[in-house]
Amino acid sequence: MSLSRRDVEHIAHLARLSLGEEEISAAQGSLSSILAFVDQLNAVDATGIAPMAHPLADQVQRLRPDEVTETDQHARYQANAAKVEAGLYLVPKVIE
Amino acid sequence: MSLHTLSVAELAAGLRRKQFSATELAQHFIARCEAHNGLLNGYITFTPERALADAAAADARLASGNAGPLTGIPLAQKDIFCTDGIRTTCGSRMLENFVSPYDATVVERLAAAGTVLLGKTNMDEFAMGSSNETSYYGLVRNPWDTARVPGGSSGGSAAVVAARLAPVATGTDTGGSIRQPAALTGISGIKPTYGRVSRYGMIAFASSLDQAGIMAPSAEDCALFLEAIAGFDPRDSTSVDVPVPAYSAELGQSVKGLRIGVVREFMEGGLDPANAALVRDALQVYASLGAEIVDVSCPNMGMSVPTYYVVAPAECSSNLSRFDGVRFGHRCADPKDLMDLYKRSRGEGFGAEVKRRIMTGTYVLSAGYYDAYYLKAQQVRQLISREFAAAFTQADVLVGPTSPTPAFKLGDKVDDPITMYLNDIYTIGANLAGLPAMSIPCGLLEGLPLGLQLIGPHFAESRLLSAAHAYQQATDWHRRLPAAYA
Repeated sequence: MSLSRRDVEHIAHLARLSLGEEEISAAQGSLSSILAFVDQLNAVDATGIAPMAHPLADQVQRLRPDEVTETDQHARYQANAAKVEAGLYLVPKVIE
Repeated sequence: MSLHTLSVAELAAGLRRKQFSATELAQHFIARCEAHNGLLNGYITFTPERALADAAAADARLASGNAGPLTGIPLAQKDIFCTDGIRTTCGSRMLENFVSPYDATVVERLAAAGTVLLGKTNMDEFAMGSSNETSYYGLVRNPWDTARVPGGSSGGSAAVVAARLAPVATGTDTGGSIRQPAALTGISGIKPTYGRVSRYGMIAFASSLDQAGIMAPSAEDCALFLEAIAGFDPRDSTSVDVPVPAYSAELGQSVKGLRIGVVREFMEGGLDPANAALVRDALQVYASLGAEIVDVSCPNMGMSVPTYYVVAPAECSSNLSRFDGVRFGHRCADPKDLMDLYKRSRGEGFGAEVKRRIMTGTYVLSAGYYDAYYLKAQQVRQLISREFAAAFTQADVLVGPTSPTPAFKLGDKVDDPITMYLNDIYTIGANLAGLPAMSIPCGLLEGLPLGLQLIGPHFAESRLLSAAHAYQQATDWHRRLPAAYA
């Protein structure tokens, strides 16, 4: 499996990563070799095997009652944001 | 008295008998950190003031008679665990200024037990690495040879415990990140069963594999700390509600009649004969203690690394999508629009290995490739898991090496991801199947430590710890210290 420059740019776009020129060519090589490595899985016959959904066979995702458990910590949480104003997170203009 | 050579149980006894105070103990380790951390770089954030405040509180508890078994014991937290008021970086530029508004459950439980926080340890960025060379905060050096890696991703925790800059440290293990660095630095480390320890407040890498555990000189130390952090937590939806045994009280279990399975696939193939010989020496010790050595086979074990490098990056690409430059974490300067904000914040905030894994994961989950990669990997994961289950009908514990080689030189594997990934060839299987596993020191190869890996069935931590403890009663590898830190 060999990835083209366009493939890498597409993956980087899907992953929302900006990459420099050198990073793109490096990623072409390393991602291609990782995909070639994981292609070994093709050698395993797993026909009819259920994909593993949880490491513990008898566990299911637990549900909790639909009740409010969180307290208001708005200000504390926003202390970690780079840009806030009037309690809102600021991002570049989305709608013209 | 060399306080740093005492076990956790000995430290607890000394505190109770007033041979030394928690404050004196904290001061001893603070002085060692100040003397040695500059070279080793095991801590990202060193917290001596917090340690002294914790120690004063511990002394008050000890004086009032309501101290627990860990009250006053210093410890280091891997910098993947959120700590209220102390920054949590996860080894990444992305979180350089992140101060969590809450404590991880592991942090909360150890604080409630009265432990003394020395600092937050260095690690591979977002726990992705096997050498601790991907940290934004600089590489960590192995105390046994400072030109070599300490292993990873919990490389800082391993180095500070190996050099006795802390008596114990927490770690996390997604593909071997507790066991491999423990092996490479000559200490003990346990990765419990998936779901045994809460992941709440532990920054997520691959959520179906991540598990927290303990790194310390001996299995006994690990048992004392594991029983403090294990147990059900409603705040982690995959936490299991299974009672936690008193691991330290159960340590005396004899290994007489214990069936120890040697996994054939671990011992064949590329394993260095000198490494294999150390594993066989350890088996001899077990045989002399009355254990029964049996041969078991897990034919698809060799597929564990390729399986992991589909599943883990897929989960990582999803988990790390939360870093958007908006709510927390690095934000680029002057974004021209929202897409630019996302892409440059992430492009600048993440290092090369993290980007590589996010892109691998994005690719294997992208339209048209899901069946060929992710679905297939989860099927092979099921096969590997079933092979382990079958092996556990013939054996009570499985053993093998922890790592293919002792610690390698800094820089040796950093340019070749596949070679780096293959460091975890013996450890990944337990993560894929959610099994508890530990590494204990089993000898030196040209002056460098190597580890013996023990793997148990789900929730058999007590059996693993007892088997490790029995070995450590019969040998002294876990007492060896690198000469410069004795």
